[in-house]
Amino acid sequence: MATNSRREFIKMSALASGMLLVPNFLHGLDRSGMPLLANSNGKRLVVIQLSGGNDGLNTVVPYQNDLYYKARPSLAIPSREVLKLDKGLGLNPAMEKLRLLYDQGYVSVLNSVGYPDPDRSHFRSMDIWHSASASNEYLSTGWLGRYLDSLSGPSANYAAIEVDDTLSLALKGAQYTGIAVQDVKRFFQATNDQFLKQAAQLHAQDHMHHQVDYLYKTLIDTQQSAGYLQEKTKVYRSKKDYPNGEFARNLKTIAELIASGVESRVYYASLTGFDTHVRQAGQQANLLRELSEGLYSFVEDLKQQQEFDNTVIMVFSEFGRRVAQNASNGTDHGTANNLFLIGGKLKQAGIYNDAPNLQDLDQGDLRYSIDFRNIYATLLHNWLGGDAAGILGNKTQLLSGLV
Amino acid sequence: MKTSAREQKLQHLYWRAGFGIPFRPDQASPGIKQAVRELLHASSQAVPLQVALPQTETNLQTDMQDAEMRQLRQRERIKGFVLLNNAWLQQMATSEAQLREKMTLFWHGHFACRLREPRFALLQHNTLREHALGKFPDLLLAISKDPGMLQFLNNQQNRKQRPNENFARELLELFTLGRGHYTEQDIKEGARAFTGWSYNPQGEFVFRARQHDRGQKTFMGKRGNFTGEEILQMIVENPRTAEFLTAKLYAFFVSDTLNPERIQSLSSYFYETGYDIPRLLEKIFTSKWFYGPDVVGSKIKSPIELLAGLQRQFDLSYADGRGPLVLQRALGQELFRPPNVSGWAGGRNWIDSSTLAFRLRVGPALLQEAALEVNLKPDDDTEPTAPRKRRQDGLRIVRAKADLSGLHQQLQKVKDRELIEELSQKLLQVPLQPEIAALLTQHIPSGAAYTDKITLLTLRLLSLPEYQLC
Repeated sequence: MATNSRREFIKMSALASGMLLVPNFLHGLDRSGMPLLANSNGKRLVVIQLSGGNDGLNTVVPYQNDLYYKARPSLAIPSREVLKLDKGLGLNPAMEKLRLLYDQGYVSVLNSVGYPDPDRSHFRSMDIWHSASASNEYLSTGWLGRYLDSLSGPSANYAAIEVDDTLSLALKGAQYTGIAVQDVKRFFQATNDQFLKQAAQLHAQDHMHHQVDYLYKTLIDTQQSAGYLQEKTKVYRSKKDYPNGEFARNLKTIAELIASGVESRVYYASLTGFDTHVRQAGQQANLLRELSEGLYSFVEDLKQQQEFDNTVIMVFSEFGRRVAQNASNGTDHGTANNLFLIGGKLKQAGIYNDAPNLQDLDQGDLRYSIDFRNIYATLLHNWLGGDAAGILGNKTQLLSGLV
Repeated sequence: MKTSAREQKLQHLYWRAGFGIPFRPDQASPGIKQAVRELLHASSQAVPLQVALPQTETNLQTDMQDAEMRQLRQRERIKGFVLLNNAWLQQMATSEAQLREKMTLFWHGHFACRLREPRFALLQHNTLREHALGKFPDLLLAISKDPGMLQFLNNQQNRKQRPNENFARELLELFTLGRGHYTEQDIKEGARAFTGWSYNPQGEFVFRARQHDRGQKTFMGKRGNFTGEEILQMIVENPRTAEFLTAKLYAFFVSDTLNPERIQSLSSYFYETGYDIPRLLEKIFTSKWFYGPDVVGSKIKSPIELLAGLQRQFDLSYADGRGPLVLQRALGQELFRPPNVSGWAGGRNWIDSSTLAFRLRVGPALLQEAALEVNLKPDDDTEPTAPRKRRQDGLRIVRAKADLSGLHQQLQKVKDRELIEELSQKLLQVPLQPEIAALLTQHIPSGAAYTDKITLLTLRLLSLPEYQLC
């Protein structure tokens, strides 16, 4: 059959030329001088999600504020233990490594980040952060997914990698979606079924059944990128020491992908367990230590690879917690929260804006002063060179002095 | 014993109106009109879903610490949702009332609530189930008074002095008219009409007259001292509601590619019949175009359709009750946990690289009792456990036992050389391309016993993208 032999011919010539069946988007992403992705400026964004609602007030502590100590009789962190920064704020004592980064001018702390009419359900609030919607609006695409959509050409596909088994809404666009890879080897094995590989090569376009074509196309993309990532990361192994645990392992994976020359624009990873309703102190300290030690190793690793200046890391959580502690030595769901930006080339490191106002609360909750969508807009426009208005709508504003 | 054109139409009907046809020996193949009548008849009675939810004795609570109490309640809620989930999935797989199960699933995505309390979720489910195949105005009234709905959309905070617009907004935007067919003023005035709609701890609707705003309202151009009931009445009197619902039903039952002419004609019919849901469905299922090549096999199965279909056709029994939930969450559709009040987006939104790779492995793995592993994202609303512990069991393993004997029996008399064609017609809703059929032949060991051949071919067919469509 003619079509069949043509396909055979293409396969043969690909083999003959020694060319790997590499997806288009990943071509030209080598450090070895190939041109970068369309519309890219060589910069990348790493998003770290703290799931469960991190208690911001015990992360960046207003240690000179009596109201803080009054609201949290047994949970407040004593002033002498706080790692002091600036403007009456200091870090949780478990975050020594983050302080080291701060001291080197790599960290910017944004206070009172939130949105109007905050939602206290984990899922819905995360949904709002992922889709960058208003709190009474429902979008089925994520802000980074729409960024992928906005890149011209097929290169946009998989320019975003989430280190996980399943993909977050944030990375799903209408046309393009990111790719979820927890472990490159496991991902490769899971997509390396020989029968399916052959079937994917043999499938002929069928316009009458366009969904079949769509699924085969996605399958081929997946197989090829799994193969490519496996091939690409086979060689390089990070020599840096990372702490134990899954979170640090995921950061290490990101560092290895970057160092191997995989030029994705966006990486995404999560640290879970911040829903501290009960006996918060120990649990949160462990998590914050894991966060700051992991980030420290990651930054050191990137610096060694000379990739830190091209990287901005954003650390966020779906909401902060109530100002007052509860009866179980924990805190309940709140609203506005702090957010970290970490990078080698921040325009302005340090405490970006005033500490949260503990006097003027909204029924016991912090009022937001920075809309998170303005941070997104700034990262998209100033850092990734993306079309912020197209991705987020034109109500957002750029924040000065960030990136 | 070849699969006839009629059987293929029946398969299509049953995949769309239900969760596929179980493989039984000597299956009858009625004509389409007859089959649709049977489907409607089998679903004519609403039988509530019965689940015994765990409930702590109140007298145990007194000497318990706050924290312990919280954890106990949490565990109960988790258990409750596992029971609910399993019970409904089992119904989808085994019930004769296939259309009612499917329609209840549709309404679950339409009036999408994520509730904290399993007993409220069960109440709401049974309200949807009861009215799923009735007239829409009755369903709308019942769900508007449902405690879960009132809670989820904050209507218990909707009071005369301080109205809360959440319910009124979603009512107009997501449940009835759709964006662009109402004003902000309609939301504000509508919200006033629902002040005082509340519920008691037993889960019963309560009208709190003192919180109700009896004043004059202007809603959709009319003026009066409207009650909530009157607002709902005005909404269904607007034909736009019929159009909005019909388009959504068309996308759910027919195709993601909307056909404006068909929808217009269906929607007029829906409106004229006073929103009679079964009559609308009958019209869809008996239309010639419903069996056209642009419709058959054009839908990506939702994760629930995929899992309920596997369970129905292969008699799956999971090693652990959590198994189905793990798969649902990994694939992006967990019963009773819609992403937000606008429900599951569906269509191509089900698919990304990771979910597709996982979907293709689900069927074959479950049929072979092989372990499926997946690392799940946490759901802090339902199960905020200790972080250390959770991260250790973040990797979930799912197994199930399957039964292929029904399929074996159906294929007993099929000739060896016709096996692939026959089997693919039973399992797939799109034609298998000859190249891929040829590839399948290569992958069958020639000396294998007949039933082993069937099993092997089934595993391969279930791993193909084609199986993801219905």
